[in-house]
Amino acid sequence: MDSFSHLGQGFLVALQPVNFLLAAIGCFTGTVLGLLPGLGPINGVAILLPLAFAMHLPPESALILLAAVYMGCEYGGRISAILLNVPGDAGAIMTTIDGHPMAQKGRAGIALSISAVSSFAGAITATIGIALFAPLLAKWALKFGPAEYFALMVFAIATMGGMLGGKPAKALLGCFIGLSMAMVGIDSGTGVYRLTFGNVHLSDGIQFIVVVIGLFAISEILVLLERTYVGSQVVKVSGRLLFNTKELLLAAMTVVRASLMGFGIGILPGAGATVASAMAYTTEKHLAGEEGDFGDGDVRGVAAPEAANNASACGSFIPMLTLGVPGSGTTAVMLGALTLYNITPGPLLFENQPDIVWGLIASLFIANVILVVMNIPLIGMFTRMLSIPNWILVPLITAVSFIGVYGVHSGTFDLVLMVVLGVFGYILRKLNFPTAPIILGFVLAELMEQNLRRALAISDGDPGILFDSGLSIILWGMAAAALLVPIFLRFRTRRAAAAK
Amino acid sequence: MSDRIFALAWLCVCALIITRMWLLDVPFAYEPVGPKAFPLILAVLMAACSVVLLARPDGDVAWPQLPLLGKGAALVVVLLAYASFFEVLGFPLSTAVMVLAVSRIYGGRTIPGALTGVSIGVLGYLIFDRLLQVSLPIGRIWG
Repeated sequence: MDSFSHLGQGFLVALQPVNFLLAAIGCFTGTVLGLLPGLGPINGVAILLPLAFAMHLPPESALILLAAVYMGCEYGGRISAILLNVPGDAGAIMTTIDGHPMAQKGRAGIALSISAVSSFAGAITATIGIALFAPLLAKWALKFGPAEYFALMVFAIATMGGMLGGKPAKALLGCFIGLSMAMVGIDSGTGVYRLTFGNVHLSDGIQFIVVVIGLFAISEILVLLERTYVGSQVVKVSGRLLFNTKELLLAAMTVVRASLMGFGIGILPGAGATVASAMAYTTEKHLAGEEGDFGDGDVRGVAAPEAANNASACGSFIPMLTLGVPGSGTTAVMLGALTLYNITPGPLLFENQPDIVWGLIASLFIANVILVVMNIPLIGMFTRMLSIPNWILVPLITAVSFIGVYGVHSGTFDLVLMVVLGVFGYILRKLNFPTAPIILGFVLAELMEQNLRRALAISDGDPGILFDSGLSIILWGMAAAALLVPIFLRFRTRRAAAAK
Repeated sequence: MSDRIFALAWLCVCALIITRMWLLDVPFAYEPVGPKAFPLILAVLMAACSVVLLARPDGDVAWPQLPLLGKGAALVVVLLAYASFFEVLGFPLSTAVMVLAVSRIYGGRTIPGALTGVSIGVLGYLIFDRLLQVSLPIGRIWG
């Protein structure tokens, strides 16, 4: 099969000493960033992206590093969830429910090892899924014209709005804020300056890296100031370090189901690891029924969310690689990384840049093997990282963020703008705005506007072209459904609650 | 309340964008859709979301109270100063000062903070500028 020879080629790229080393470094840093409460995959990828770019890494190496960080964070998040009862990242929220009780009962080692293996199984399932389905989807997407593309991006924004949290208005507004921020600067079509307010520094637009670091590193530093957690609550790992066959068999089917579910949710643009792990957990709890020990330290309660969130993290690469529409906030940042290298994401990526695509897919396999090998013996070292005090951690993050931004855009203006955007991001986060839609909007803006203008240029200004093909009508329909169905469901549950 | 204030502020931003884009002078355009349309659509959509938010805000936000608020403000000032003096003072010096200040805000003690600052400043410069080829400023004040 064609995919296999490509994948072999990908392994050649990913196993080059430099790339392998980067994957290992990424896995380690990712796990550390993931286990620190507050810092998740999106922050980790955001902080390392400018460094990778400033170090002049070739695009495939940079992506391998970032993907390894992303995977590492998904592994790391569970450590603090289990030992500290604080999820290290959003995908690990569900892991606290059974993971922490297990740790309190002296079964921390079992919880950590079963969740590591579940994470591995979920990620590998999803990566096989990428290798099988992504090329097909990319081939199909080659038929997309500008109108279909525009509709696809509307669909991506709608799923983000519909799926994230209880407030579609906030998620949507976030997307539009991101889209609008990308409007600043010179318009490539006509050469006019838009929304620069006469500022020379803004004529090139607001730089992607400045937005990413501002929103995901600087705002985090401000949020961390309010978050005080007591380090002494960390449960000591004692007792058996590895699960036994009985526990593995109990969790096996759960892992299979959760992996497939996570993969499916990951593919949907907008719905990320948080949704996947929550759905997998509730499904398994429901299936186990009376005999389950969910909420009180059931191994399945740890296995399900971990398999699902890793599967969905991997699955979210599919829309990013094949359609150029990210499936999660973190892949949105990675998509932006591609554009920094002047690589246009989309279906042509598979044909034009096979080294990047297949190298990335192969490195997902490798990163997961490194992670599962690293995570079981090194767990003691990782838990000690939980005691790094904030007074060292925060200035370190600040310095690294500044190094990254300055390394790419040497200039005081960008540094100041980054701090300003960080404060803006902090305010939005305090107001419960999800931040992933902002970066999704920012990344999609240019392609979205270009496709709209191109479509209308073809039709000579007739907006009917946007609804002309069957495919675009389906996409518009799906977009409408993604927005309206959650609202309808909420309305119904509220009515049902009122009737009772 | 916080949601309402934000929604009102954002409506003002939308109005600003709309007037700016409306008054934008486009000398010539070859395509039926010029540079104005898309930002205008976005501004209208943002205004619509803001109106929804204005009509149906969420519960109120727990903003930090005074001692914490002061720390937050101090942190922002430190970050802005770090950004402004990054090139002038150079990476090693500005970083050492920033690390000391931020670690004080986060409850660290002065001497460990200063030591951490100097080590991050010097090691960071050596590792990134010298070893990894990420250019960092040494500082204009050194001539």
